[in-house]
Amino acid sequence: MVAQTSSLLVVENLHKEYGERTVLEGLSLEVKSNETVVLIGPSGSGKTTLLRCLNYLEYPTQGLISLDGERIGTDATGKRLDETLIARQRQKIGFVFQRFNLFSHLSALDNVAIGPRKVLGLSRPEAQARAMQELERVQLLAHLHKRPNELSGGQQQRVAIARALAMRPKILLFDEPTSALDPELVHEVLEVMQALSAQGMTMVVVTHEMQFARDVAHRVIFMDGGHIIEQGEPKRLFEQPAQQRTRQFLAHLKG
Amino acid sequence: MDWGIIYSSIPLLAVGLLATLKICSLAIVFGTLLGFALGIGSLSHYRPIRWAILAYVDFVRGTPLLIQIFLVYFALPVIGINLNEYWAGVLALSLNAGGFICEIVRGGINAIEKGQTEAAKSIGMRQGQILLYILLPQSLRAILAPVTNEIITLIKGSALLSVISVYELTRAGQAIIAVHFVPFEIFLLIALYYYLMITTLAWLSRIVERKLPIW
Repeated sequence: MVAQTSSLLVVENLHKEYGERTVLEGLSLEVKSNETVVLIGPSGSGKTTLLRCLNYLEYPTQGLISLDGERIGTDATGKRLDETLIARQRQKIGFVFQRFNLFSHLSALDNVAIGPRKVLGLSRPEAQARAMQELERVQLLAHLHKRPNELSGGQQQRVAIARALAMRPKILLFDEPTSALDPELVHEVLEVMQALSAQGMTMVVVTHEMQFARDVAHRVIFMDGGHIIEQGEPKRLFEQPAQQRTRQFLAHLKG
Repeated sequence: MDWGIIYSSIPLLAVGLLATLKICSLAIVFGTLLGFALGIGSLSHYRPIRWAILAYVDFVRGTPLLIQIFLVYFALPVIGINLNEYWAGVLALSLNAGGFICEIVRGGINAIEKGQTEAAKSIGMRQGQILLYILLPQSLRAILAPVTNEIITLIKGSALLSVISVYELTRAGQAIIAVHFVPFEIFLLIALYYYLMITTLAWLSRIVERKLPIW
């Protein structure tokens, strides 16, 4: 295992409300560099919302997020940053979506290259070279020129991972990356994620793949009702959950 | 049916047709550019821009084209802008088409699935980049057919420019009628000219549409 050092991501007292409905209620969390954290919990527990708040796809109602010492989304006084500045901060926070969300009009290569080209300002050859490098990492060099609708779900999700990696993010967020996949395609995505984790990528993963959580996560967090109920090493959390609600949730999974 | 008059009218009407083609081509280019600019602008984060565009579109949709033509031709000189009837015509048609195309573009872009925008945001794209590189290219196919409709409306609307004495197809026909008094033959011929222009355009549009990929 790669040595885990100081906290890369710090979340303090995060709140998210939609009108009357509270989804996150004062949640705090730290993620260290090189750490792989898996978020589990029943649907509606706020896992996805938490993840989407981390890169400001959703605006938190209140709370502080900082990445590598830099405040995300707000300035030192807590005022919301301009959308252009938030866009710049998102470059460093990779996001992998449940439904892939590949740009449907672009080839696999261009899907990965467009970020480096348009956002980072690399030249076309540089951006393409970087895209090839990332696509090789997810073993898709054979499909460079295919459009998303010509790729399987597993291939699309791997392109999406390459697209996020091409921005050289400090952290990668995965929102149920295998939930939309046919069962036989799940493993190819999980294998890529496992390799990334082993290479020291800092990752926060929302997933229902408990085997992945056991095998790959350094830490598992169980969420319910917008709170973190319990967290710990996967072996401990799965085998000796301290909280009643965690036990109930895990018992339901076993069916 | 007075065939002699019809034969002698064909070259005279051709002059008018040429003027109509020129005016419409200019108005299509300006109107489409304006429409796309307004459509993209209407999705801006800046509220004053959105409101200004909304007000403009409301005005264009809420008033008859004929009145808009009069306003451009007779009202602009009041604020010191003097255009001859030709350019007043081009401007009026462009401004009108721009308003309608704005709505088409806005609707087409809005119809793109939200995940595309989120993915673009997640790699740090700014709103303008998202519109330009992600949403607009994907909406082109859906936009093409209604924009063609709008262009057809524009061509038909150009007949109204005869009221500010632009010597275009309809006006040219009216001039012949005034001399020879053969309204039936001439209007039939004019109708045929418009019909040919518009069917050619519709045919071209379908070819382009077929060439555009489905995403």
